[in-house]
Amino acid sequence: MSGLRYVYAVCRPFGTPLPAQLTGVAGVPPKQLVHGDLVAVVGQVPAEDFAEGPLRAHLEDLDWLGATARAHQNVIDALTVVTSPLPLRLATVFRDDSGVRSMLEEREETFLRTLDRLDGRVEWGVKVYSEPTEDAGKAEAAEGSGARPASPPGRAAGSGRDYLRQRRNQRKESEEKWERAEEFSRRLHESLSGYAEDTRIHAPQNSALSRAPGRNILNAAYLVPRTESEAFVELVDRTKDDAPGLRVELTGPWAAYSFSGEDA
Amino acid sequence: MTTAQRLPDPYGNGGGANLADILERVLDKGIVIAGDIRINLLDIELLTIKLRLIVASVDKAKEMGIDWWETDPQLSSRAGRDELARENAELRAHVAELEGARGEVTAGDRQPAEKPQKTEKEAQG
Repeated sequence: MSGLRYVYAVCRPFGTPLPAQLTGVAGVPPKQLVHGDLVAVVGQVPAEDFAEGPLRAHLEDLDWLGATARAHQNVIDALTVVTSPLPLRLATVFRDDSGVRSMLEEREETFLRTLDRLDGRVEWGVKVYSEPTEDAGKAEAAEGSGARPASPPGRAAGSGRDYLRQRRNQRKESEEKWERAEEFSRRLHESLSGYAEDTRIHAPQNSALSRAPGRNILNAAYLVPRTESEAFVELVDRTKDDAPGLRVELTGPWAAYSFSGEDA
Repeated sequence: MTTAQRLPDPYGNGGGANLADILERVLDKGIVIAGDIRINLLDIELLTIKLRLIVASVDKAKEMGIDWWETDPQLSSRAGRDELARENAELRAHVAELEGARGEVTAGDRQPAEKPQKTEKEAQG
């Protein structure tokens, strides 16, 4: 058979057909491959794009990568509506169905254990940003331009003392601002953790790619039972207003990406 | 599908979670299984560079004094201290440079003033 097998996720059998119009990677509708107590959700993908050579080349292309990531996430999203899938990392590809089956068999025990742990849970993402202020903009611009280590030596006001005083004031202002942001994030994380069975703190996102204004301070993931999700979302909503100069962003519900590892 | 009603509607930018959110999860989280097509995503050089783009450097956050996730072993604090030490060294170098420049300028001011004096003295003497 031509074509390779792209595996999106492993689930418990969920007894619902996937939406007919759902398409995944390479524009192909995913199908369920049942094996024992497990289901792999797979799509047939063309070898000319997903064999090792072409895949490696494609992954270097941010447009291709972005489209493929969205298609992957599209399928995972649809699965999250009907079950609690164990999402696989992008571009997990097998030669044929039997390769997928033996993988399911080999890892059956681990999969079942993890699926039990994730059953009935979803992941919510919460990010806190500091809203860009004029001052912060200026300070960042100054740092970005590399003015810090090498301002022109002969500048009129440039006594070492003035320079240091200026730096100290700048630093103090931003320290106070970050202290407030840090304190807010800490409290938010604490109260959200009360609704979560597990949490992960991820490194902050770079605004160059996210295009989100402001600086990302907190980037956290929470594993929340579906039954608690409404309360969780309401809590995030309530805190949105008591943080002047900060912005709280909620994403989800996601499949439990951040909690899929064995160590989780 | 009616089952969708079981969950609150996606919030924030909803389905439009930004690309960084999606890449962060799809590339960096999720379970890793070696398929038949073996590509370690971290071997893809450009991809790795882009991943670094997605996830802002921890150093930068440290520089801003944000380190309360210190308890997360994945995000060690060493990088931040190094950064601070480097900045200190840079500042010291800068101060030395500025003071050096001042010294030269004053010395430079004095010398031309002294020389004519000397020559005057010499002329007088």
